[in-house]
Amino acid sequence: MGEMTVRIPVVENILSANDRMAALNRERLDGAGVLAINFMASPGAGKTSVILKTLEALNGRLRMGVVEGDLATSIDAEKAAAAGLPAVQINTGGGCHLDAAMLAEALPALPLSDLDLLIIENVGNLVCPANFRLGTHLDVLIASVPEGDDKPYKYPGMYRGAHALLINKIDLLPYVPFRMDYFRRGVEILNPGVEIFPVSCRTGEGIARWTDWLVGRARAGRRQP
Amino acid sequence: MHELAVTQNILEIALRHAAQASAKRIVGIDLTVGQFSSIVDDSIQFYWDMISEGTIARGAALRFNRVPAAMVCEDCGRGYRPDDETFGCPACGGDHVKIVSGTEFRVDSIEVD
Repeated sequence: MGEMTVRIPVVENILSANDRMAALNRERLDGAGVLAINFMASPGAGKTSVILKTLEALNGRLRMGVVEGDLATSIDAEKAAAAGLPAVQINTGGGCHLDAAMLAEALPALPLSDLDLLIIENVGNLVCPANFRLGTHLDVLIASVPEGDDKPYKYPGMYRGAHALLINKIDLLPYVPFRMDYFRRGVEILNPGVEIFPVSCRTGEGIARWTDWLVGRARAGRRQP
Repeated sequence: MHELAVTQNILEIALRHAAQASAKRIVGIDLTVGQFSSIVDDSIQFYWDMISEGTIARGAALRFNRVPAAMVCEDCGRGYRPDDETFGCPACGGDHVKIVSGTEFRVDSIEVD
């Protein structure tokens, strides 16, 4: 401390402005009765494949919209719109994550009241998106077998915050040294009781269990006042 | 790397609290950052020097209080620091653990004159 200086207590979370904006997004989503999912994963885990499988499986069961935040995706908003789904693209300008303000700007472009489920594809990254809450009801992490079984230990922030975890590419388990017990133990310690869905987008294994769970969540959400 | 966004938030919080206290200058900022908050101190300092230019926080010292991760085993009560390979309890091998520190990410105080 220098001379004549005064210390003022602050005690404020560094990302509190984002958290406030996320709370506003949540109010808006709840007001429209739509369940929103934030999909996060490292690049190459199969985020886009999982989303496409999910859209395919739930087509006709739920009314869905898409917010596309990953510029590296192959689901561009135009393609989704051509398939009859309301879609909006967020240009993150090369940024490493979506934040709540970006989602707040995107929401007015969607007919939220006509939707049951809003799917948001975040930027492929296991660090930054964990810190920036969007206000979504479900933060879903997609891991994949080839990434290795040590990921929960290396990226605890991401594994701690997820409401559901998909383990993609389980068709590769016979070919990759992936200790499922070791992986799941790390997840369980960081995030006890989190829903885990082992899936393969290639063979379709496990997809039905995941999408049935999601339908249950979307319907439960709509029954709430 | 989202250190720029983080640094902008630190500046906004510091300037707001300094204005409320009618401070003339911010000379220091105390931050608490847990091990599980992936932030690079050097990058924050680098952005800070750029974005605090022209504000009353220019040249303020950023002091990082780094908090290591700590866990407590809910089965046997043992407190420990997890290593990078395993998070389970080193005493009883249990998986029911509580993370008691390491997730902090806040501005604690500012030093002004």
